[in-house]
Amino acid sequence: MKKRVNWRPYIAGALVGVLATLSVIVSTQALGKTQFLGASTTFVRAAGFVEQAVDPEHVKKNPYFLKEKVKIDWQFMLIVGIFLGALAAALLDGSFKIEAVPPVWRERFGGSIGLRAVAAFAGGIVAMFGARLADGCPSGHGLSGLMQLSVSGFIALACFFGAGALMAALVYRSRGGAR
Amino acid sequence: MNEQWLGLITGIGFGALLQQGRVLRFEKQVGAMLLRDMTIMKFMMSAILVGMVGVHLAVGSGLAQLSPKATQIGANVAGGILFGLGWAIMGFCPGTSVGAVAEGRWHALFAIAGMIVGAALYAEAYPYLEKNLLTIGGLGKLTLPGVLGMSAWAVIPSLGVLFILIFVFFEKKGL
Repeated sequence: MKKRVNWRPYIAGALVGVLATLSVIVSTQALGKTQFLGASTTFVRAAGFVEQAVDPEHVKKNPYFLKEKVKIDWQFMLIVGIFLGALAAALLDGSFKIEAVPPVWRERFGGSIGLRAVAAFAGGIVAMFGARLADGCPSGHGLSGLMQLSVSGFIALACFFGAGALMAALVYRSRGGAR
Repeated sequence: MNEQWLGLITGIGFGALLQQGRVLRFEKQVGAMLLRDMTIMKFMMSAILVGMVGVHLAVGSGLAQLSPKATQIGANVAGGILFGLGWAIMGFCPGTSVGAVAEGRWHALFAIAGMIVGAALYAEAYPYLEKNLLTIGGLGKLTLPGVLGMSAWAVIPSLGVLFILIFVFFEKKGL
């Protein structure tokens, strides 16, 4: 029995390839600086803004904030755009759904929002520390890195998925091989 | 047009496509890591397939410049592994977390809060890391064609064929 191919991820992905191409051309022509898709540097800037509100002197002295510059730049607005674009698309096709605990998580760990919150928060800390150390995330290293055939992109993406698969197998596969 | 508007418009397109590709969801990201559902791989590899042709055509015609990230073996590997470990628990990557909240999966807010804290901790650690881990295996801005001594136009079709074979494999296995 042959299942019908779901073309959705292929078509949407291919269009991201078109978008990335248009983006590098338009940004180079309009801004004089080629902009590639990326996301994780924006979290550094967001952290910088939060810290600035508490202790501006500390942010001014930190070499990493000085290097990445705490400002609303192209990528920061890209992230704001991702939110708006995803919201519009989800509302238009009716796939918007309020969800407090992801179904896969619920199956393994139950419906506690508190447990999910603690895990997501801790996972987020580790992942972002790693992304900044690696100098990119699946967008910057994965998409933009591989589009440019960058060696660092291949190395980082292999490590992302390798370590992700290992951790996922440890965490989500129930003992006794129920699945 | 200024930098911020251009970023916003590009992001709206990116967010809509991420949402339509159905890759913003926890189950799709963890599904790929469990090797059960390759939706995000299909999406990423399709984007890379088209994007590597497009970007290299744009660069070849002088319309854009390549800007590859430097290869730093120590940091790329250690950071990549840390990212992967956290990613599996969090179930989102930095770009998709924001889109997931927009889709109604508000639990991604906890992941976003964690990532902002992670970025802040990295900023504190950076002065120390700069002197050790970040100095290991620094090889500069390497690209695959550069390392292989080949033209990008020899590498791109080979990778393209490989990606398509992987797509055929995914579909045959119903992944």
